[in-house]
Amino acid sequence: MSFYAVQFLTGLASASSLFLVASGLSIIFGVSRVVNFAHGSFYMLGAYIAYSLTLRLGGGAFGFWGAIGLAAVAVGLIGVLMEMALLRRLYRSPELFQLVATFGVVLVVQDLALATWGPDDLLGPRAPGLSGAVSILGHRVPEYDLALIVIGPVVLVILWLLLNRTRWGILVRAATQDPEMAGALGINQKWLLTGVFFLGSLLAGLGGALQLPREPANLLMDMGIIAEAFVVVVIGGMGSIGGAFLAAVVIGELQAFGILIFPEITLVLLFLVMAVVLVIRPWGLLGKPEAIIPKAAARDVGRPFRPLKAAWRWAGLGLLGLLVALPATAGDYALQVASEVLIFTLFAASLHFLMGIGGMISFGHAAYLGFGAYGSALAVHHLGAPMEAALIAAPLLAGMGGLVFGWFCVRLSGVYLAMLTLAFAQIAWSGVFQWYDFTGGDNGLIGIWPAPWAAGAAGYYYLTLMLTVAALWVLKRAVFSPFGFALRAGRDSRLRAEALGIDVRRVQWLAFALSGAAAGLAGGLYAFLKGSVFPTVMAIPVSVDGLVMVLLGGVHTVLGPLIGAVAFTGLKIGIAAETHFWRILLGGLILATVLAFPKGIAGFLKDKLMRPER
Amino acid sequence: MIDRRTFVTALAATAAIVAAVPARASEEPIRIGEMNSYTRLPAFTLPYRNGWELALEEVNAAGGVLDRQIEVISKDDGGEPGTAVTMANDLLAREKVSLIFGTLLSNVGLALADFAKQKQIPFIAAEPLTDTIAWSQGNAYTFRLRPGTYVQAAMLAEEAAKLPAKRWAVVAPNYEYGKSAVEAFKTLLSAKRPDVEWVGEQWPALFKIDAGATVQALARTNPDAIYNVTFGADLIKFVREGKLRGLFEGRQVASILGGEPDWIDPLKDEAPEGWIVTGYPWYALETPEHVKFREAYQKRFNDYPRLGSVVGYAAMKTIAAAITKAGSTEPKAITAALRGLTLDSPLGRITYRAADQQSTMGTFVGRLTVKDGMPRMVDWRYGDGAQYLPSEAEAAKMRPAE
Amino acid sequence: MSPLLAIHDLSKAFGGVEAVRSVSFEVAAGEAVALIGPNGAGKTTCFNLIGGQLRPDAGGIEFRGRDIAGWPPHKVWRLGIGRTFQVAAIFPSMTVQENVQMAMVSHTGRALNLLTPLAGLEAEKADALLERVGLAAQARRACGLLAYGDLKRLELALALANDPALLLMDEPMAGVARGERAELMALIGRVVAEEGVSVLFTEHDMDVVFGHASRIVVLHRGEVVADGAPEAVRADARVREVYLGAEAGQGGQPC
Repeated sequence: MSFYAVQFLTGLASASSLFLVASGLSIIFGVSRVVNFAHGSFYMLGAYIAYSLTLRLGGGAFGFWGAIGLAAVAVGLIGVLMEMALLRRLYRSPELFQLVATFGVVLVVQDLALATWGPDDLLGPRAPGLSGAVSILGHRVPEYDLALIVIGPVVLVILWLLLNRTRWGILVRAATQDPEMAGALGINQKWLLTGVFFLGSLLAGLGGALQLPREPANLLMDMGIIAEAFVVVVIGGMGSIGGAFLAAVVIGELQAFGILIFPEITLVLLFLVMAVVLVIRPWGLLGKPEAIIPKAAARDVGRPFRPLKAAWRWAGLGLLGLLVALPATAGDYALQVASEVLIFTLFAASLHFLMGIGGMISFGHAAYLGFGAYGSALAVHHLGAPMEAALIAAPLLAGMGGLVFGWFCVRLSGVYLAMLTLAFAQIAWSGVFQWYDFTGGDNGLIGIWPAPWAAGAAGYYYLTLMLTVAALWVLKRAVFSPFGFALRAGRDSRLRAEALGIDVRRVQWLAFALSGAAAGLAGGLYAFLKGSVFPTVMAIPVSVDGLVMVLLGGVHTVLGPLIGAVAFTGLKIGIAAETHFWRILLGGLILATVLAFPKGIAGFLKDKLMRPER
Repeated sequence: MIDRRTFVTALAATAAIVAAVPARASEEPIRIGEMNSYTRLPAFTLPYRNGWELALEEVNAAGGVLDRQIEVISKDDGGEPGTAVTMANDLLAREKVSLIFGTLLSNVGLALADFAKQKQIPFIAAEPLTDTIAWSQGNAYTFRLRPGTYVQAAMLAEEAAKLPAKRWAVVAPNYEYGKSAVEAFKTLLSAKRPDVEWVGEQWPALFKIDAGATVQALARTNPDAIYNVTFGADLIKFVREGKLRGLFEGRQVASILGGEPDWIDPLKDEAPEGWIVTGYPWYALETPEHVKFREAYQKRFNDYPRLGSVVGYAAMKTIAAAITKAGSTEPKAITAALRGLTLDSPLGRITYRAADQQSTMGTFVGRLTVKDGMPRMVDWRYGDGAQYLPSEAEAAKMRPAE
Repeated sequence: MSPLLAIHDLSKAFGGVEAVRSVSFEVAAGEAVALIGPNGAGKTTCFNLIGGQLRPDAGGIEFRGRDIAGWPPHKVWRLGIGRTFQVAAIFPSMTVQENVQMAMVSHTGRALNLLTPLAGLEAEKADALLERVGLAAQARRACGLLAYGDLKRLELALALANDPALLLMDEPMAGVARGERAELMALIGRVVAEEGVSVLFTEHDMDVVFGHASRIVVLHRGEVVADGAPEAVRADARVREVYLGAEAGQGGQPC
């Protein structure tokens, strides 16, 4: 019995740290609607800065707590810098575009942290006066854990007072509930947002700094925390600080007790819980349900697609001609890179079909790429299927994955839908990761090479080109078909679409299947290009890459994702081949691109090259 | 700060190596491809890079091999097998390398091993620990340098069997390396000590350990001894929590890789004393070949060598020896030369066994202590890989038919 | 002859608040029935219950003799009930013509067609319908660029795209400038007469209500307080007391 009580305390201590990070993310998202990937980087910076400051300020209580506080403030200021220099220029961009910018920041911070603090894990001092353990019910509990258990609720109370008892806080809450209304009320949104970023980033920094006595400052902290923080925010309910606290406690305790029963569950527990919560209570534990009757029209849906002018059509054909002629001039490596770029172009286009056309944001699109890749690899590995058959298995399996996941996802909307896609992708990932006998686990499946006729770089390039162009043609055809319009109708105005006899849910569900199948074909091609498949193909970074491609290109255009995919994949491979410091370069280029083209590359081209409509 | 200087040095060195065409070589240099997770796991891979750079400089200063300089084209795999294959294509198709070496992560190593088989190019898997790369998924073109999970576990199990402890609990990261490290240890220890009882298992996700809860859960099973496979930040968190909560008091701990400075040094004076570990006592290994290596390394980088440095150094020396033996830079000739190749490494003489293409490099097993504020291994001994590997006949049976 | 639409004992509560309480009324073929009442009377809730946007807690909704209570909106529409909303709901990312084409393609059950471009489907019929609502000149424009009055016209065209037997219009004049109202109402009257459509509408503009309704149903706090010809309703003492009194008390603010 006493054991369970102590385990409960341990869960609470973990919950406190998680809460600090998640509350910052929740506040930022609530007001600015920015999906801030850099929040994890701020957490990491909090730990590193606190480490450096403890070295300077000495080991006393003043030095330690001073370092924690200063680190939090410093990170808050870094957040302000990011908001003012970067995000402020992007608030008028299409929805989620800021995500790309924060992703650029993540990359830059990773290399800067490596350059500043070096590769080794840096173990900070223990908290003075709290470095020991006290005996509770015959078990030893670290004093610092008890301190964290107190700090969490204290921060919760301070935040509550700040948000409910100060004028600033009331404005923040107003803006959280209705950003447009707050703007109309004449609230100076600029500084409100800056303030919110300061507070949110400060909390991330504080969370990171407070980890110092428990965890060395290390370069994997950023990616380690960000997904968890999002999960906590979503389970708790967007913008609800109390919800974030409750969710952090739920997660912390489930983790602490879950490992007693299923020691291997930690890989997936978080996402299982999120999926269950989203299916049962889509708005989170303490969030407010969205309006029962949807709004008449979505806020930002772009303009009608215009057919390309003849000149552009010819340009497109010319480009295709160049692609067909490429093997005559390019070497094997260039052809392999070109194949990879084509594959990711299809991947991005499939994601765009859901996101851009269907208005359903997928944070877990890598799942379908993975289903396709594994569909092919498993067919080869277990059934001895030839490449041709395996490439048919890829879209089939991924399409079925889309049907299964989509069935749940289309019951939600907006960010909740996005997070459910993420949860499903992570569940699929962990299944593949742990099912050693069938999928080979994290050691993957190897020996997935193309049939002899396509084994050469040029042969495989032609195969990829043919299938990719065919799949892109089908997707494009679908965009301009009644189905594509029905999908857009459901996105533009669900209310109207349903009142015109369109079964929006069914249309969206089928869109999941179609998009999944297209991504799956890309995955199958990817497997044979690489000769092997590993769970990393369906991990979060691949989903993020897809999002960046679509958003960078321009979500409200048909060609945008293609441009984004070519630019991003090409740059990533090109830079990474030349230097080990590819992250800072790629991140820097992404930042430059979003600042130069705040509506995406294709959005920019559309504005500049096409006659504005009167 | 040392770290910033290391960074700048590394940057300059990379640039120099990639760009420099040795002035005195009359012929084109021999091009070698290299790859590792430099951005994903720099703590282990940057010392490794220093190691091969040092060996490269030595080889080239001595006139190269076959009267040609060696040039290394180094890539970052980002910890992703897919990226690794792209980079390998680049090395092979564009850079026209004769051989590829490197990699740390098991899945990256396996992806490249299969790539090597497909493209029929020799690949020296320098650091991956997974034994599948040498055995169940081994192939004719892949050679593995570092002692794998099995050898490390075997050395630990041998020491663990001497302990009175009967009730054992394990904690390992939840992925292939963790699984196979546990399986090997369990099998070997149970074989030596049938009376041993396995009372608990914890499988935290890699680099996401919930240390407090894990320590509590382990303590609850009341083991006499614990076998630890966690490393990196997980290990540090586990040690701090375990100490605070008294998990290690009155209990023996066997920890694989726990004596490698790459992973244990961040703990400094908080390193857990008394643990039985495999590792690398660079400070106390006074064999002539190691002293020579250590001094050269310290002089060159103003830093002490990690295990990764030894592996990187030995990998480059392997390449030089193989090309010399082959008398050619043809991939087929190098592959043939690598089979059964014997050379001197900082840890002594090693041989790439012809049957499974696994080197006989061994590792050290000893007890952990703290000296002058840093973790140190004491009572250590070197276990030659040849003593602990399955026999060549057995190993050959484990490999797929060619 | 049974009425086109028959509502009986319809109820809906939100949390503890009963928005619609045991409401019953009918719409006969060819009628234009106005549903009026002060704010919060339950008019829009009634509409959403009929249109399928909300599920009733109790009661029946019979359309052409079939009970459609609880049907989803897309099925209700298929039976021949068109609908406009208080805030015009259209598809802003499409052109005016594409909006109508979409509606017509849906009507003919081809919304899941993946391979035929929409551009070639129902284009002429769509243009003809746009002509009738006076939007022919705007057909190729993006909806986002239309004036609000034109959006209302477009919505009318959408609502008529499936040749409905009954048109539900939730405050057709809401948001329309006073000067445009007469013209828009005349258009609606004309089209409705031509199509022979029955209409159930709500409206705050009493000139519109008494000028166009053949019958008026008055709601107050979720209950029907009067149901009859305009003159009778105008004369009804209870209506004057609860409705006009309340209206006067609120300053006659629409919405």
